[in-house]
Amino acid sequence: MARNENSIFYGVDRVTLIVYVLLVFMGWLNIYAAVYDEEHQNIFDTSQKYGKQLIWIGGAAVIAFSILLIDANFYTAFSYGFYGFFLFMNILVLFLGREVKGSHSWFRFGSAGIQPAEFMKFATSLALAKFLSNQNIVVNQQFRLRIKDLIKNYKNTFIALLFIVVPLILIIKLQNETGLAIVFVSFIIVLYREGLSVGFLIFGLLAAILFVVALIVTNITGLLITMAVIASSAFLFIKRSRRNLIAVVVAYALAAGVVLGTNYVYNHLEDHQKTRIDVLLGRGTVDLKKEGYNVNQAKIAIGSGGFFGKGYLQGTQTKYDFVPEQDTDFIFCTVGEEWGFVGSTVVIFLELFLILRIIFLSERQRSDFSRIYGYGVACVLFFHLAVNIGMTIGLMPVIGIPLPFFSYGGSSLWSFTILLFIFIKLDANRLLILR
Amino acid sequence: MSINSQQLGNRKLIIGGFFCLVVIIYLCRLFYIQVIDNQYKLDAEKNAFRYMTEYPVRGYIYDRKGKLLVFNAPSYDLMVIPRETKGCDTMGVCEVLQITKLEYLKRMKKACQAPNSPRKESIFEKQMSAQTYAALQEKAYRFKGFFVQKRTVRRYPKPIAAHLLGYVGEVSKEQAEKEAYYKEGDYIGITGLERSYEEALRGKKGTQIAITDVHNKVIGRYMEGKYDTLAIAGKPLYCSIDRDLQEYGEKLMKGKKGAIVAIEPSTGEILCLVSGPAYDPNLLVGGKERSRNFTKLYYDSINRPLFNRALTAMYPPGSIFKLIDALIAQNDGLINRNTSFPCAMGYPPMGGKPKCHAHGGGKSLTGSIAVSCNSYYAYVFREIVDQRKYPNFIDGYNHWRDMVKTFGPGTRLGTDLPYDKPGNVPSVEYYNKVFGKNGWRSNTIVSLGIGQAELTLVPLQMANVVATIANRGYFYTPHSVKGVGIDKHLDKKFKEKHYVAVQDQTAYTNVIDGMQGAMEPGGTAFTNRLKDIVVCGKTGTAQNPHGKDHAVFLAFAPRDNPKIAIACIVENAGFGNTWSAPIVTLMMEKYLKGKTERPEVEKRMLEANLIDANNLADAKKKKIKD
Repeated sequence: MARNENSIFYGVDRVTLIVYVLLVFMGWLNIYAAVYDEEHQNIFDTSQKYGKQLIWIGGAAVIAFSILLIDANFYTAFSYGFYGFFLFMNILVLFLGREVKGSHSWFRFGSAGIQPAEFMKFATSLALAKFLSNQNIVVNQQFRLRIKDLIKNYKNTFIALLFIVVPLILIIKLQNETGLAIVFVSFIIVLYREGLSVGFLIFGLLAAILFVVALIVTNITGLLITMAVIASSAFLFIKRSRRNLIAVVVAYALAAGVVLGTNYVYNHLEDHQKTRIDVLLGRGTVDLKKEGYNVNQAKIAIGSGGFFGKGYLQGTQTKYDFVPEQDTDFIFCTVGEEWGFVGSTVVIFLELFLILRIIFLSERQRSDFSRIYGYGVACVLFFHLAVNIGMTIGLMPVIGIPLPFFSYGGSSLWSFTILLFIFIKLDANRLLILR
Repeated sequence: MSINSQQLGNRKLIIGGFFCLVVIIYLCRLFYIQVIDNQYKLDAEKNAFRYMTEYPVRGYIYDRKGKLLVFNAPSYDLMVIPRETKGCDTMGVCEVLQITKLEYLKRMKKACQAPNSPRKESIFEKQMSAQTYAALQEKAYRFKGFFVQKRTVRRYPKPIAAHLLGYVGEVSKEQAEKEAYYKEGDYIGITGLERSYEEALRGKKGTQIAITDVHNKVIGRYMEGKYDTLAIAGKPLYCSIDRDLQEYGEKLMKGKKGAIVAIEPSTGEILCLVSGPAYDPNLLVGGKERSRNFTKLYYDSINRPLFNRALTAMYPPGSIFKLIDALIAQNDGLINRNTSFPCAMGYPPMGGKPKCHAHGGGKSLTGSIAVSCNSYYAYVFREIVDQRKYPNFIDGYNHWRDMVKTFGPGTRLGTDLPYDKPGNVPSVEYYNKVFGKNGWRSNTIVSLGIGQAELTLVPLQMANVVATIANRGYFYTPHSVKGVGIDKHLDKKFKEKHYVAVQDQTAYTNVIDGMQGAMEPGGTAFTNRLKDIVVCGKTGTAQNPHGKDHAVFLAFAPRDNPKIAIACIVENAGFGNTWSAPIVTLMMEKYLKGKTERPEVEKRMLEANLIDANNLADAKKKKIKD
């Protein structure tokens, strides 16, 4: 960006920066629209959320500058340090945090609050990058179901998974923030990029599909029999050897385990999580006034936008509080209603463009650390995008996670800013150092 | 690791491709719900806006002199929003409304069920009385979730003209579905003027678009009311009715069944339209009382007060019909002023049937009208039907029938009041059916000539006949409204002259001379003559299958430049001269002079209660039979 090597903008990817600014700006406009009412129109009114968001944006700018000022080596060197620090903070919050809606995840400062779990995302990205970029560590690419091989070949994979799973369990179980925790699943894609066998992903995908099928189908016995028929019909296509027989039996046993385990898992979910799944899958009778309310209202708001939308500040659904959490997790409803299909497409494309740009930049890194970290950023952002928009249009269960750079909230904006700008800094330095 | 990363290079494409795929799926979904599927847009409208109706004030109705006939009074509906009744003094509500707790719960349940909703207001008690309203206001603070909505109901300063004015009631479910303007619970004119001038009287509903939040609470007006429409008040209606005459007519008809219709011949304006027995229009307003009263009136099978006899009761006209026969026969050149026919207490060629009464003179045309000779008109009728011009009497009959129909009978007059009946002038087909083809001749149906047999007219048609004679050959379609709205607009069909088939002025002069003769010594209505007004009248005593003869009388006055034409029929009363002629002449005095000068006649008419007398006689007869 800047020609002067001493400038903090030296080497900074201009495109990424512009998209970031655009998204934050558009996000603020929509928060203003979502909260807007005739009585409060001063944009600097800090009693209103759009006023507060201006403060958060200011803070984000300060954070961004700071990150660019600090030497890139700092992030590499202190990767584990960040990870350890924020893991500690996440435990500390259990004791010092204020309880909000049944979850201990907030440090409160007056009316503002910080969620350490938000910052766990970039810390995990850094730690994962640090671990995987170690020359000696290779993520195994083989997919074999032999116990001996598993232990020997997958040792590093397990350690890498541990980096992901520890904060996930901590946040989901102890802080009770399912939405924040589930984001960590997206790091699996990073592992895939770094060599994790595609078999794991397919296995995971099949398990997920089976899980959904088992929830939809009420006749479990029938399902098991159908699966048995499909499994045995496999022998029409493969050699009838003993090895294949064992493989099919094991596969069937695993699948049956998933099916049978589904109800166990489902029954151990919290009630609101159960209903969210029910709403998505249309299980049982969904009362649009109660459990189906959020999703239905979100769809109504977005659907009523039409092709060109109702115009800025003209949205009746979002303006009059029909959609819950319309400034945070359901901010996309405001976009859909007021800007229509055109505006929705623009926002989604901008987010997607940013993510693809990060992948593109990651791939040009000479340093493995930078690349892996970049993928971590891209995956986290994509996961947020997919789940957040998916839930507003009824393609995903309702999981309370924000739309990156768009949703109201200091913690999320700052954590995404940190996540992104560390990568921007690493990328700016790519020509200077070979790490 | 760098070698490794090259090997894994294509995975970036897979990951990027996967991301793009998800986004494409999302965009398809968005396109579907935002552009293709309209359901969400409709839902959104229901969500955010509430269309609140502002009811217009219904137009007032005035009489021809600007005296008020109908106005509006405020009425109070008690509304409830069931969800907000927490902590309400339920027993207090029951006490004020005088309902049981069971009834309270029943109504509350109804208010909660579709199409009502616990979140929306619905009517709990319709049109409370002023006392109830006052009692309620005192304790209003204790009745959470209840509030009072003001509407208006019709009120009548004088308890008259119920049949003419009609009444207003809740629109029927079918009509509400059929006509976009009405919603269930709206009011609509059901009969009378309220019905025929509904569109002018109702005005136009206004709409306020309110913005509601998710709890259906009103939180403001949409676009500061930019798209709201104001209610437009209904137009006033200026009736041609004379309030005093109408009131007087109803007084005279008290205790009698029948009708009086008065028309101003020069305009066709209906001056009064009395149907007896009448009822107080104030009975059919209000909530609870209204339905109670309606049921009572509806099931009064003896008096049938809701039955508008002036428009819908088809009576045999009796002797008054002779006027039309006389006009037609003169028109056809069959008789003239001096033509005479024999009478032997009846029609000689048929062995004295139809019967006649003893009357002096009466050999000429004018005399035959004055004394109402039956034999004369049996001859006249057959002269017309069997005249030489038509070799086949069927053609002759059809000729007579066509001529008669131009005077009004047999067709609906097309007045501005709903539900009028056409009366009946029997057709050839009808008689062919009754007597068989070739089974009848002019003498078979000769009683048509004296206004009997199957011939029927409604009182309005009788009045129109006398108005036509007063006009010497034409009439305006009778109508009861002078004008609608401030500019007094009148439908141009009421300004059109309708000429009847007889236009021979000598014929009219002869007939009118006869009618004047009826009010002179030797005439049938001599006893009801007026001192200083030249009245031209004709009595009728109509035989009918329901008991004693109907007393019929029609007249216009003054003879030159007539101001009023009246027809009156009193059911099962006897002679036209005894019952109907006094009423008609009293009405004329009242209308032309503003006062009546025959107190003894007036007293007799006001006090007579024929309904009770007839019922008593019937009861006696029954007893003897038993």
